[in-house]
Amino acid sequence: MIRVVLPAPLRELARVEGEIRLEVEAPVTQRAVLDALEARFPPLRGAIRDPGTGERRALVRFFACGKDLSHEPPDSSLPEAVASGEEPLVVVGAIAGGGLPAP
Amino acid sequence: MSRVRLLVGTRKGAFILEADGTRKRWSVRGPHFAGWQIFHLKGSPAEPDRLWAAQYADWYGQMIQRSDDGGRSWEPVGNAFAYAGEVGAHQSHDGTPRPWKFRRVWHLEPAPDDPQVVYAGAEDAALFRSTDGGRTWSEFPALRRCWGEAWQPGAGGLCLHTILLDPADPRWIRVAISAAGVFGTDDAGETWRPMNRGLVSAYLPDPQAEVGHCVHRLAMHPSRPEVLFMQKHWDVMRSDDGGKNWHEISGNLPSDFGFPIEVHAHEPETLYVVPIKADTERFPPEGKLRVYRSRSGGGEWEPLARGLPQEHCYVNVLRDAMAVDRLDPCGVYFGTTGGQLYASADGGETWQALLRDLPAVLSVEAQALP
Repeated sequence: MIRVVLPAPLRELARVEGEIRLEVEAPVTQRAVLDALEARFPPLRGAIRDPGTGERRALVRFFACGKDLSHEPPDSSLPEAVASGEEPLVVVGAIAGGGLPAP
Repeated sequence: MSRVRLLVGTRKGAFILEADGTRKRWSVRGPHFAGWQIFHLKGSPAEPDRLWAAQYADWYGQMIQRSDDGGRSWEPVGNAFAYAGEVGAHQSHDGTPRPWKFRRVWHLEPAPDDPQVVYAGAEDAALFRSTDGGRTWSEFPALRRCWGEAWQPGAGGLCLHTILLDPADPRWIRVAISAAGVFGTDDAGETWRPMNRGLVSAYLPDPQAEVGHCVHRLAMHPSRPEVLFMQKHWDVMRSDDGGKNWHEISGNLPSDFGFPIEVHAHEPETLYVVPIKADTERFPPEGKLRVYRSRSGGGEWEPLARGLPQEHCYVNVLRDAMAVDRLDPCGVYFGTTGGQLYASADGGETWQALLRDLPAVLSVEAQALP
């Protein structure tokens, strides 16, 4: 069981509260977790990754086990603690609420 | 028609107001999608309880939401906007080539006769359509082949912000792009042509160029698609041949700069604009918020100010933030960047603020309901 923590706007979009638990077959990669997340919560399609290119959105980052995994290749394995459900994969939106120039 | 529904998109969510035909007391629902930019909401003329919303955040991109119960509940639908074929490049602000990239939807235009069909105007400029209730979107790529390599963004982005449809002829579409101009098709989007003859833009190296004009907004009366009205980045314009030729109707306006332009629901020669001081100020002349009305199809304009602030007012009214309803007398509505939502139930003679403290208003639409 994989645990995923979403930022508040995406929890609202997916209509979930708290942490999400997902079944993901090994190997547990960033791409596999995001695929499973989007399959279970279709409104999240396009919100974390560009729907066309699959690239992580510029103002979204991935963290787990105290490490920034944002720049890891999407098909590399996530830490064992994430794969075992001991630690969550945390999706973080950049801090700022007042608006930014369009990227 | 006995009720009116207003759909208000703001920089931090959507609001829905309803009133009976007297338009004196309004209920307010919202914010829907709190915290997200709602560039535009619009209802289907064929099924008024079907509403569409363009929901955007710089963090999380573009969502399209659909309601089938007048905005009480919403469902996200498809948000994959892929350019068709060879993507190509338009111009950047500095004139260098810049590959087309989807950023967001500025405007949603439901088809007049089919609730499953809706058009979307995108940045970077392109026209998309869904024929399956928003599940999937297809581009009209021939539009981008119409001088697209010469299109250049305005400061707000290379956005397709206006979509005019002819209720009597589904093959006829006119769109406007900032800062490229007006483009039209008479064959359901197979072929397009620039429709900017008569526009003069002093900020262009060639002021009468084929494309490059910063058109802010188009309007037409649904019964008369051959007559189009335009608020340009300076100049209010009119075409009497469906966009082939334009002539200026700014007349006695205190400023011919502005963003929205609207046509009275029952008087096709009655127009509304909101003059704004330009180019850098972008607020009402003399700090007085005035709608200007022409009852002669342009040229002669009268200020409408009763109920609007006449001192210390420095807001703007954005291009999609004005609407008319179809009741009699015609209601006129607009929202400001200062978060005020103003309404007139008598064609603009008198105004009242329905709400004063919304986030900056990006769009206003009015639906007349049975």
